Amino acid sequence: MFDRRDLLKGAGLAALAATLNSTKALALDTVTLPFANGERPLVKYPQKRPMIGLTSRPPQLETPFAVFNDGPITPNNAFFVRYHLAGLPYDLDPDKFTLEIKGKVDKPLKLSLKDIRKMKATEIVAVNQCSGNSRGFSEPRVAGGQLANGAMGNARWRGVPLKTVLEMAGVQAGARQVVFAGMDGPVIDKTPDFAKALDLAHATDGEVMLAYGMNGEDLPFLNGFPLRLVVPGYYGTYWVKHLNEITVIDSVYDGFWMKGAYRIPDTPDNSVEPGTTPKATIPINRFTIRSFITSVADGAKLKAGRATLRGIAFDSGRGIKDVSVSTDGGKTWASAKLGKDLGNYSFREWKLPVKLAAGEVELRVRATSNSGETQPETPRWNPAGYLRNVVETVRVSVA
Amino acid sequence: MQRTVLLATTLAVVTIVGSALAAPVDYKTPDEVAAFKPGPNLEVVQGNCAACHSSDYIATQPPMKDKKSFWQAEVTKMIKVYGAPIDDADVGKIVDYLAATY
Repeated sequence: MFDRRDLLKGAGLAALAATLNSTKALALDTVTLPFANGERPLVKYPQKRPMIGLTSRPPQLETPFAVFNDGPITPNNAFFVRYHLAGLPYDLDPDKFTLEIKGKVDKPLKLSLKDIRKMKATEIVAVNQCSGNSRGFSEPRVAGGQLANGAMGNARWRGVPLKTVLEMAGVQAGARQVVFAGMDGPVIDKTPDFAKALDLAHATDGEVMLAYGMNGEDLPFLNGFPLRLVVPGYYGTYWVKHLNEITVIDSVYDGFWMKGAYRIPDTPDNSVEPGTTPKATIPINRFTIRSFITSVADGAKLKAGRATLRGIAFDSGRGIKDVSVSTDGGKTWASAKLGKDLGNYSFREWKLPVKLAAGEVELRVRATSNSGETQPETPRWNPAGYLRNVVETVRVSVA
Repeated sequence: MQRTVLLATTLAVVTIVGSALAAPVDYKTPDEVAAFKPGPNLEVVQGNCAACHSSDYIATQPPMKDKKSFWQAEVTKMIKVYGAPIDDADVGKIVDYLAATY
C-alpha cells in the first residue's frame, strides 16, 4: 500500500503498521450534535483520529468541528468519510490496481498506479464538501445522513489532470459526457452501482484531477485510496473514490446516482417553499458560498472586552472577496482580515479583533465572493437538505 | 555517529516493513456495535435491513411527526430504488416496527 518514499515521509512507522489492522476501535465517547436525535459515538478507525460516527456499514464519519480551527488544511486523519454502498474494496492491491479509460475513445487505456504516478503531476488545494453537509439543520427535517457542519474538508490534492488522460485516449467526435465509477459497490445486484458523470467540457477543463496524493501522503483508504476524482468547487458526490473506470459516452448519463439522486430544485436559488416538492430538478453541482466562526463554539462563555474571532470561508471557486462579522446579532458588521490565499477553491482563513459587551451575544459571519455571491439571512430549503449556506450564528454568554 | 547508526537502522526497518506492506490493503473497520432496538418483528427487520446497512442508518434519522408515513416512504425507497428483496408480507411488519421503535 505504501512505497518506500511515502513511508520515509510519513510519520510513525510502527503506528502506520499497527493502525491499518487495528480492530479494537469501540466507541470512545459520545458527542451530541445541535439538533434533535443528534447523539453520536466518537469512533476510531484505522488511519483516522476519533471521528463522529454517523454509520458503521458502510462507514460514514464526520469531522469534529474544532478541527477547522487548527488551520486551513484538514489533516488526512480528520477528513470526513462518506460511502453509499457497503461493498468496499477492503482487499484492493495497489500493485494490481488499474484505471480503465474506455467508451468513445480512439485508444482505450489501462493504466497502473505506477503509470499514473510517472506522469507530470499537478497540485491544487480544494475543499471537498458532502452534498448532505449540515442536513441535520434542515427545518423541517428531511431523511438522509443527519450531519452537522463537519462533512467538509480542505486538502492539497496531487495527481494528474483528467484532461491529460483523456487526451492520451483520444476522445472521439460526438462525445458528450464522461462517467466515473469506483471499486466500491453494492451488496446486492439490484442496487444501482455508484457512478457519476460530468459534461465533457467540464471533464477536460484542466482542473478536474485524478488524485493519488492528499496533503503529501497517499490517500487514506477511506478517502478513496489509491485514486479518486477531484472536482474543485463541486460537491463531494462527484469526487468518486477508488476510481477505476472512466467511460466516455455520446449521450447524457441516466444512471440512478445522476438521474434519481443528488437532485436540486430547478428554481433560481435552487430552493422551494419548506415542505413542498419541486416541479423540476437538476443534478447538484457547485458549492454555495459559506463561512464559519471556528474559534468560538455555540454556547461558549466569554470574557467581556477584547477578543479575536477566527474562522474560515469558501465558495465554489470564484474566491473569497470579503468576510464580515457581526457581534450584535447582525445589526452592524465589520470586515475581517483574510488569511493566506491558498487558491480560489481552498478554505480562506479570516480573523477579526472585536470588543465584546457583556450579555447574551449573537456572533454572525457572512462571506462574499469575487462574483458577488453572498449568504442568505434565512436558510434555503429543498427536500434533500442540500446547499445549506445561511449566515451562521454562534450564541455566546459574555460576562 | 549515533545518528548514522540510527538512520541505518531506520532504513533497514523501513525496507522490511515497506516490502511487507506492498500487498493488498486489508483494511479492517471496527466491529459493528450498533444494534437494532428491541421491538415487534425484530427478526424480520434484522433479516431484511441488515444485509445492506448497519442499524445506525435507521437510529440516526430525525424524529418525524408522521412516523408511519416517513418509514413507509423509506421502506418503499429501499425496495423500489435500491432493489431490496423484501417480501410483500414483510413490508407492513417492518414499517410497524420502525414507526413503533424509532
